[in-house]
Amino acid sequence: MATQHSRAAARLMMTPAVILLLLWMIVPLSMTLYFSFLRYNLLMPGMEEWIGFMNYEFFLTDPAFFAALTNTLLLVGGVLLITIVGGVLLALLLDQPIFGQGIVRILVIAPFFVMPTVSALVWKNMFMNPVSGLFAWIAKGFGLQPVDFFAEIPLLSIILIVAWQWLPFATLILLTALQSLDSEQLEAAEMDGAPPLSRFRSIILPHLARAITVVILIQTIFLLSVFAEILVTTNGGPGYATTNITFLVYAQSLLQFDVGGGSAGGIVAVILANIVAIFLMRMIGKNLDI
Amino acid sequence: MARAIPTRQKIVMSVIAWAIAFLIFFPILWTILTSFKTEAEAVATPPSFLFFDWTLENYVTVQERSNYFRHFMNSVIISLGSTVAGLVIAIPAAWSMAFVPAKRTKDILMWMLSTKMLPAVGVLIPIYLIFRDTGLLDTRLGLVIVLTMINLPIIVWMLFTYFREIPGDILEAARMDGATLRSEILYVLVPMAVPGIASTLLLNIILAWNEAFWTLNLTAARSAPLTAFIASYSSPEGLFYAKLSAASTMAIAPILILGWFSQKQLVRGLTFGAVK
Repeated sequence: MATQHSRAAARLMMTPAVILLLLWMIVPLSMTLYFSFLRYNLLMPGMEEWIGFMNYEFFLTDPAFFAALTNTLLLVGGVLLITIVGGVLLALLLDQPIFGQGIVRILVIAPFFVMPTVSALVWKNMFMNPVSGLFAWIAKGFGLQPVDFFAEIPLLSIILIVAWQWLPFATLILLTALQSLDSEQLEAAEMDGAPPLSRFRSIILPHLARAITVVILIQTIFLLSVFAEILVTTNGGPGYATTNITFLVYAQSLLQFDVGGGSAGGIVAVILANIVAIFLMRMIGKNLDI
Repeated sequence: MARAIPTRQKIVMSVIAWAIAFLIFFPILWTILTSFKTEAEAVATPPSFLFFDWTLENYVTVQERSNYFRHFMNSVIISLGSTVAGLVIAIPAAWSMAFVPAKRTKDILMWMLSTKMLPAVGVLIPIYLIFRDTGLLDTRLGLVIVLTMINLPIIVWMLFTYFREIPGDILEAARMDGATLRSEILYVLVPMAVPGIASTLLLNIILAWNEAFWTLNLTAARSAPLTAFIASYSSPEGLFYAKLSAASTMAIAPILILGWFSQKQLVRGLTFGAVK
């Protein structure tokens, strides 16, 4: 039983975390919001002035924004498609009785622990390089012309790298969900002569639906902010071919020193992320009963 | 009842699973192998897989030329520092929410989570400017502060889910037996909380070690952790595969090992209890 006294103590114990997070969220975010209405360039100090929604107008009508938005959607969608389909298949496979299950699991999960800059540079140089990369060697072995990945299919190359990083996450979560499936139900279906495919469609997939939704939402949050992989491989190029919203805002503010325009872009990114966040929060909230 | 699995089916499944696992793991294996090659062998066609002159020269060169150890220590200090700071702030908060839940506890938890969904670019400029004006740019302290804040919601959530599994009745029983508050905390609560705290610590070190937005944007030569140090290999003239591989192997090895211990916590920590 919580007494009056312990309630007060509990509130006190919560205070530091709440206040710090509040500061962390409100101070910089309101500064971004404020900057987004200013003409503010770091190269022209002292020239700041209020310009209303001009930054938003410039940012949203810039062809780079449309390119970045498309790239962001393709990147998020492409990675989700690969990791969900691959993750379901892998989880089904790892759920089977196999020899050395523990080791197989460890090998499959490993890419998730590789830092983004390492995986991007290793893939770019040692695998996708059109001259000395391993893929080029394999292509030549089959008598094919090696693909110049980052010149011909830059965005797809980044999608592949990021998908390799996130496939373990999807697999692990789907596997966890799969292991909570009641096996009696499956056995009953099998005895009734239901073929594997229909067992998958009408028992396994519905059971996984919730986990798949969670994977989609959480990955989307992280994938919207893919940054390091782009920075070290293409720097957003060629042209705007691999610039996503995150990278565009970074380039505008820290490379072109346009604080006003970058801030407007940052606010746009926050709004986009919030659309996803609302759905995720609702799912998590439903699961939390206090 | 467990079904008898036909051995042949098990063998076929095992072969497929091992083949796929090997393919997924191959880039990491290839990086490790290349780190022991000479630069000439690293770009040779056809590539040599195992039969080359194994050498440690890349590891020596990477350390000598770029003072690798310094960046390694930066990574250690930043990831450990931010995790410990996060735990110090989060343990009391998660504790009180788990044991003395109030009407608004759920709202506070959900709000904390929502701060995690704030995209980093939304606050990049203010943080950059504040850091520039306060001298925190390119310091380890600055990164510890930022990483503490971005991982705090995850830490609170993870601890909360662990603490909630500690039955409150045990505390009552201890109190009935005349335990003082001090011995109650020391002998009853702490032993039960340690596993949860350890898992949280582990997962957060991993997340902080691999964080690559703030570390790239807020550091330069002085306080760059490994994420930012490896990024310096992206310049065309710096492209030496064997050295890149040696630096990469050293950067991922510690976390790969920690990571394998934390498989279970990963699901829990990153899904906020939405998948069990």
